[in-house]
Amino acid sequence: MSNLPFDPLLFSIATPLAVAFVIALGLPKRWSVRLAYVGFTAPALLALWTWCNYGAAPQQQGYAFLRTYSTGLDQLGIRLTLGLNGISLPLFVLAGLVGLAAGLYAIQSGAERLKIYLMLLLVMLAGLMGVFASVDIFYFYFFHELALIPSFIMVGVWGTRGPSENSYAAMKMTIYLTLGAMLSLLGLIALYVKSGASGAHSFNLITLREIIAAQPLEVTLQQNIFALLLFGFGILVSLWPLHTWAPLGYGAAPSSAAMLHAGVLKKFGLYGLVQIALPLLPAGIAHWGWLLGLLAVVGNVLVVGLITMAQRDLKQVVGYSSVMHMGYAFLGVATCSTLGVGGVVLLMVAHGLSVALLFLLATSIHQRTHTFDLQEMGGLAQKTPVLAGFFVAGTFASVGLPGFANFWGELAIFVAAWRFSPLFTVLAVAGVVISAIYGLRAAARVFFGPSTDALAKVTAVHPPTDLGWSERLPALILLGALFFVGFWPQSISRPLNATLAAVYAPANPAAK
Amino acid sequence: MDVTALQAIAANNDWMTIFPELLLGCVALALLVLEIVLPKRLHASLPGVALFGVLAILPSQVMSFWVGYIDGDSFNGLLHHSYEGQVMRVFFLLTAALVCLLGTITVARRKVAQTEFYHTVLIVTAAMMLLAQSNHFVMLFVALETVTVGFYILVSYFRGSARSLEAGLKYVIMGALSSAILLFGIVLLYGVAGNPSLPAHTTAAMNFDELAAFLSANPHHFLASVGIVLVLAGVAFKIGAFPFQIWVPDVYQGAPTPVTAFLAVGSKAAGFVVLLTLARTFAAYVWLTLPVLTVMAAATLLFGNLAALTQHNVKRLIGLSGVSHAGFLLLGVVSAATVPLGYGAVYFYLFAYLLASFAVFGVMAHVGGPDDADQELTHYAGLAKERPFLALVLAVGLGSLAGIPPLAGFMGKLFIFIATFRAGHYGLLAVAVIGVVISIYYYFGWIRAAFFADWNPAPAAPARPPVDLATRVVLGLLAAGTVALGFYQGPLGGWLSGR
Repeated sequence: MSNLPFDPLLFSIATPLAVAFVIALGLPKRWSVRLAYVGFTAPALLALWTWCNYGAAPQQQGYAFLRTYSTGLDQLGIRLTLGLNGISLPLFVLAGLVGLAAGLYAIQSGAERLKIYLMLLLVMLAGLMGVFASVDIFYFYFFHELALIPSFIMVGVWGTRGPSENSYAAMKMTIYLTLGAMLSLLGLIALYVKSGASGAHSFNLITLREIIAAQPLEVTLQQNIFALLLFGFGILVSLWPLHTWAPLGYGAAPSSAAMLHAGVLKKFGLYGLVQIALPLLPAGIAHWGWLLGLLAVVGNVLVVGLITMAQRDLKQVVGYSSVMHMGYAFLGVATCSTLGVGGVVLLMVAHGLSVALLFLLATSIHQRTHTFDLQEMGGLAQKTPVLAGFFVAGTFASVGLPGFANFWGELAIFVAAWRFSPLFTVLAVAGVVISAIYGLRAAARVFFGPSTDALAKVTAVHPPTDLGWSERLPALILLGALFFVGFWPQSISRPLNATLAAVYAPANPAAK
Repeated sequence: MDVTALQAIAANNDWMTIFPELLLGCVALALLVLEIVLPKRLHASLPGVALFGVLAILPSQVMSFWVGYIDGDSFNGLLHHSYEGQVMRVFFLLTAALVCLLGTITVARRKVAQTEFYHTVLIVTAAMMLLAQSNHFVMLFVALETVTVGFYILVSYFRGSARSLEAGLKYVIMGALSSAILLFGIVLLYGVAGNPSLPAHTTAAMNFDELAAFLSANPHHFLASVGIVLVLAGVAFKIGAFPFQIWVPDVYQGAPTPVTAFLAVGSKAAGFVVLLTLARTFAAYVWLTLPVLTVMAAATLLFGNLAALTQHNVKRLIGLSGVSHAGFLLLGVVSAATVPLGYGAVYFYLFAYLLASFAVFGVMAHVGGPDDADQELTHYAGLAKERPFLALVLAVGLGSLAGIPPLAGFMGKLFIFIATFRAGHYGLLAVAVIGVVISIYYYFGWIRAAFFADWNPAPAAPARPPVDLATRVVLGLLAAGTVALGFYQGPLGGWLSGR
């Protein structure tokens, strides 16, 4: 394929924004929906195009598709610099695919005030594409926050719980996320100011890497900045015990918002740790690695895993399970080895796809049973076999069955973690059993076994129909991607290895 | 009378340097004349005349960026024309135009004298513009008093409303007290600097340059430091900084909404321009001003945010949130002592604050009922359904005030944070972060009131009249400007970051 006549990264950010703007100007509903298809599809197609062409594209300083735009702050070292390396490429594609699935699902959902709903989703999507395409860490942060107001409004207005509960969840989520974002912003500013002590201030990651490779920061400074980034990002990724906003928020969020938030936006913090904090602050992770590993394994995997087992609400199960799986990712970060970090990136992609799929299906189940309570469900598989098939496949993926992408991520993390700490590895592997128990039990409760009386009453009034094509298509996109990566992980790992070897080698000579 | 001196004044072109202020004064006087001359049915067009006058002066003011008198003094050093001063002149003209526009919504609803409102606004604006360029304590005090006396009238403009009158009285007492403190400080400084036994003593100590030279020759004089603290305290009253913020909630609530906006944006900005000028003048006493301003900034941030948390009346809420913004701006002033970026950060923050505040006040003017002192959060229930445009503008304005990207307010906070970090005030940064997190609760609580379904039945809100086209355009421009300035800072960003 030849080169595009425009910058694919800029367009993948600008298209959803432009569509949202046009809808905001007061486009009629019919045209808004048609235009929204463009807004959701274009980023996904552009992302896939970059994926196919990444190998062939010319590389500049480890980045492909590198472009810089000035916004008037050049003297502060802030420029909109877009580009992709092996770490950001898979996540950029993830954002595009989950965005497409969430958009398609939202269009068919027939939500109240659909135009505003789609508009907010488009703004959120634009932010997500921008996060992973930004080489400038200021814009990396900027685009993340762009998604904050939409998710607040979406949870509050289109939430799936009662008004007071939605409002509480939206508020709690926003305050937690702002706290996390402010801490990480301070960390980023610290990195910017301290690395530029010689006068060459820059937020550009490439420049920062060069400066710090030439003259590493002193050890205590590294540790302090890393602490800001770790706990700031940690709140955003729901590191135990700062995770309580996540199940609550996801439980109340409408399906498309939950898909984008849990699937993609939450990966922002991990991505920040992997792309920025670990390579630039090796002494920081050396100092905080043990605490991170401990919180991840004991807190996220075991404690939250056990809490998940006790949940009766389907959406809460999915929400808590996503918190739990972040524990594996944190463990991979704690190892700070090329293998472990590679596993984290793979797991981020896999988890993003599978959790989005599960949130989508949970809403589809709710539409048929009119409840999220697992005790009131049962025997749905006879009436909706396709839905059951998707849900069981999604559960298998989330548990980490071979053949799905999640397997490779977890495997790589466990192998890397064994060298870090065998005890943590054993405990983390025990977590897999926990996640198998609650995952399979949820699937069994919903789809198999006898139907309850409460459910019979509901289904007598509204006979459940199987998954239609409008719901099937987004689910297929996500499931297909899970299989594709599961059977061909090299599609992600090959560019990833090249980048990790280059980025981690100078900063961390001990890593393999 | 010295005729030759008068001839000299007439012959030089000093008057040219203040022609925007002179023109504003002419427009203000013309309004009063027109009210007498014109038949009654044409009186409705007078606000339009005021607005048109301000908008006509704006481009000529913008052109003054390229004329020769920048970086020079005029009127024997009473005024100093810096680039920043020109930027702030534009700022105050924009403020005046927007206040006049809000006046056509709120003041027109009441049975009070109409024309005098616009007249006073224009005079106050001219005084603010002079204030931004003053280089002499006499000029500073006269301009500041013109502003303050104008505000005494404006705050209690709704004579029929008990709250407005109460607010006016409070503002008079507090304002007089602060003027007295400021004057006392000025006199102390003047007296000390004139002491012939001290090195570098001067008889022209009212002039900032002379005073700065004297202070740097006597960097630890006790009486001078008392004078400096008193002057700073007087200015702190104007910007509503802790511990002189006590008048803010009552006055903001009682004043008519356009006046509240004028106080929040214009008066505060004027205070900060004066503060920046004075901080430069008192540079030799940085050992004193820095700790005082640091403590003031931290306390202002915490007080503003904590006090705003519990407010249900939106005018009190915006007033107290304004106190917290004064805290953020003080961070910029503190860091400007060592990091030049601090100056630029303050100016950018003020512009972002102007756009966002007037967006919010514009919505408030529409939602407020006949008694606009009595505006509760519950009055905003269902705004998103009934008037989606107003709700959107409100969300953008509040988001910018809260400092959420991609809005301009975030960039302002970012510059302030970077400047503060470079200056090494880590404790202040921690307080600022806590402040931002607390402020999310009340700003988003307001957005929640406008957008979310209400679960407890609210008392009936006043009827919301449809928004006319001109206001719609202006509010749309303010919201769009807030978003655009967040994405693209352009020449403004280049100017402030290149310092």
